[in-house]
Amino acid sequence: MIFDEQTFAQLSNGLVYSAIAVYALALLAYAAETAGQVAGATTLVADSPARSRLAGATTMVAAPPSRSRRLGAVGTSLTVLAFLLNLGGVITRGLAAGRVPWGNMYEFVLVCALAAGAAYLAFLSRRPVRAFGVWIVAIVLLALGLAVTVLYTPAGDLVPVLDSYWLVIHVAAAITAGGVFTVGAIATGLFLVRHRLERRGTTQAPKGRYAATLPTTRTLEQVAHTAHIFAFPIWTFAVIAGAIWAENSWGRYWGWDPKETWAFITWVCYAAHLHAQATAGWRGVRASWFALAGYAAFLFNFFGVNLWITGLHSYAGV
Amino acid sequence: MTDLDTKTTASGHPPPAQAAPSWGWLRWAWRNLTSMRTAVVLLALLALAAIPGSLFPQRNVASDPAAVINYMQDNPRISPWLDRMGMFDVYASPWFAAIYILLLISMTGCVLPRSRRLWQSVRSDPPPAPRNLARLEDHRSWETTREPAEIIATAAAHLRRKGFRVVSTNDEIRAERGYLREVGNLAFHLSLLVLLVGIAAGKLIGFEGRVAVAEGGTFANDLSQYDAFTPSAWTDVDDLEPLSFTLEEFDVSYQTSGPNLGQPSEFAARLAYRAGSGEEQTVTVEPNHPLNVNETKFFLTGNGYAPVVTVRDGRDKVVFTGPVLFLPLDSSYASDGVIKAPDAQPTELAFEGFFLPTADVGPQGPYSRFPDALNPQLFLTAFTGDLGFGDGVPQSVFTLDKDDLTQVRRDGQPFSQALSVGETMRLPGGQGTLTFDRVSRFANFQIAYDPGKEITLVAAIVLFVGLTTSLIVRRRRLWLRLRPSTDAGTLVEIAGYSLTRREPPPHEIEDLVAALGGASPPTTSKDVSA
Ligand code: HEM
Repeated sequence: MIFDEQTFAQLSNGLVYSAIAVYALALLAYAAETAGQVAGATTLVADSPARSRLAGATTMVAAPPSRSRRLGAVGTSLTVLAFLLNLGGVITRGLAAGRVPWGNMYEFVLVCALAAGAAYLAFLSRRPVRAFGVWIVAIVLLALGLAVTVLYTPAGDLVPVLDSYWLVIHVAAAITAGGVFTVGAIATGLFLVRHRLERRGTTQAPKGRYAATLPTTRTLEQVAHTAHIFAFPIWTFAVIAGAIWAENSWGRYWGWDPKETWAFITWVCYAAHLHAQATAGWRGVRASWFALAGYAAFLFNFFGVNLWITGLHSYAGV
Repeated sequence: MTDLDTKTTASGHPPPAQAAPSWGWLRWAWRNLTSMRTAVVLLALLALAAIPGSLFPQRNVASDPAAVINYMQDNPRISPWLDRMGMFDVYASPWFAAIYILLLISMTGCVLPRSRRLWQSVRSDPPPAPRNLARLEDHRSWETTREPAEIIATAAAHLRRKGFRVVSTNDEIRAERGYLREVGNLAFHLSLLVLLVGIAAGKLIGFEGRVAVAEGGTFANDLSQYDAFTPSAWTDVDDLEPLSFTLEEFDVSYQTSGPNLGQPSEFAARLAYRAGSGEEQTVTVEPNHPLNVNETKFFLTGNGYAPVVTVRDGRDKVVFTGPVLFLPLDSSYASDGVIKAPDAQPTELAFEGFFLPTADVGPQGPYSRFPDALNPQLFLTAFTGDLGFGDGVPQSVFTLDKDDLTQVRRDGQPFSQALSVGETMRLPGGQGTLTFDRVSRFANFQIAYDPGKEITLVAAIVLFVGLTTSLIVRRRRLWLRLRPSTDAGTLVEIAGYSLTRREPPPHEIEDLVAALGGASPPTTSKDVSA
């Protein structure tokens, strides 16, 4: 065997660092695109009116100048490349450790960044959501930077209690949901920004307004909704699988451990969001805040609880 | 919005008071309680109410049983107030229960009428088309010379094949699909009630307990044998599952190289157990692999060292021999513990100290370099006097009550000694000896019995399947209408309508148009009204 575990571990680190470098370039390209659009956002063209039942508000999108459009395409290509490097980093990490590569916080963050990148690219192939790029890439970059600096743990075996196939299932589901929730949260945040513009009912957006470069509220709301209803059942499944795993290793399926509690809070916030979206007078802006609260709870569970609160789950390996 | 939802969402207003005023008020309260707005508010409250329990230590919840007591000692001023508000018992507090019970009542009141409406709408035909189809999304229209009856037949067959419920007349088709979404939604909401039943069963009948057993030691499932036992309101403590086991051996292995040196890679407790009056059997209990005897489960949750020692008293008589549990203090398994020999003569004897599995001496004194027993050593000091067993007060096996004890000294210094396996410590003045015979280990078991578990699991599965169904399935309606057109042909109009906030599958209308051989580009409303 030419490749031993040590080689894979080094390769994994190299790939992760390369992913960070390429994501940084992607961020620059996307930021330049956005800046160019903001500076030149004057021409607004009507969005396809056929399906405007959902938004009701004025629908308009900016026709971006061609130079910034090219920058955006460069940003997307770089994002794809960085995503592939990230993927390679995760796979080699798994080969180095001889198990699934999500056994400690460093690995959780690597895989979560991967899931967020995948969710963004998946949406990008169907919807005009390149405006998300700058935000997704910034978040992924921040996460990966945090992973290699603060959270880094050398590849190795698992502590025995984590050595269970429920771990594989539970954590994989939680991370996937987290990646998709990230796209949902960005869509929701941008929806709120864009909503303020459209509420004025201006058909001609003022020059230099960031909101004018964004997709319409209707697109943003649909993307957010799709992301949320995709991620919510996965999150539900993650919580159930976690309960089964807890029953397997501690004899009780639910013990209000801080980690469990915040998973519950996240779940309830998103349930409230879905309800609010179906409630007259709450749909749109108010409902959005519940989704953002859910995402905040998810993030707190991921970072806050692992790092500050001690509980049975505190073998995150930091 | 869907017609189903508007009924629930619009119900926040008081109905006109017709009956006795008290009835009107009650009905108003009920309508408000079962409105969607209330559901959102209650869900938000539930999320908020769960937060303090993760920030303050909780009774019967925390992994550290002393957490609440320690917190109260550290914060004597605010603790009584927090306690009065239930902050140390959040998930069993009346206000937390009030929120989820109201939520479940609201949910039931909302969902049961919805079931009835679903039942009615499944049994009745899809509703007639709105007069102006062009106002709906996905509207298509074109003119054709085909026979109306043939168009209707083709379209109806196509839609049926696609799983629609279809009702057709001479010049109109009404079709609907995706009732399963409502079924999923109802199953999901009602499963929450079942979930609560399962949880309640565990909380009312089940129990949890803990016991530590040294290698060679035996445990029989009887209340008196538990180190800790937390019954529920209706636990039948006299009817515990009849079983007993002996811990024959406890295997541990640690990583001896690599970046995670010293991290455990295996724990395994080999038990010889006997259930009821059955045969003796051997099982291996590992983390995530409990021993399960009729739903009473034994989980391996911890382990440590139990050095085997023999204590002889001043008459050279053996007054104690066997393993003594030492509690691990850190991940290298440096452990501390006490050894008591109340039967010793002429004075009772006690020893206190620590155990290092791989002893080494560093700048700060002795420490353990590795968790496995590579160079095991016992560091002990000795006490004589009255151990206090005569008081009849139950004692912890891990602490010494030193009130009536005096430390053994030599040359004015506390007498202490480091022992390797086989070595003996001789107390000055011939008061007794202690021999470190060998190293053994102990295992900690968490014992749980929860008869509601299966109910909860089934509810959780229904919950997940129902939720996924209700989010994936898109309930929608489709209409087709024929009208004589100006030049002796037929005007075909098709339109769809989604009953969920998601758009219907994109190709559905196009497929139907194609099946009818119609023009596929969408027409705008202007074309039709012209
Ligand atoms: C007990 C806690 C509750 C939870 C966890 C919960 C959760 C959910 C979730 C996740 C959905 C989204 C599924 C979907 O859109 O099909 C939903 C939908 C719905 N819930 Fe609840 N719910 C609860 C209580 C209630 C209550 C109290 C009501 C009525 C007052 C209610 C009425 C509805 C309705 C009508 C929908 C369908 C909304 C739509 O058409 O989009 N739920 N619920």
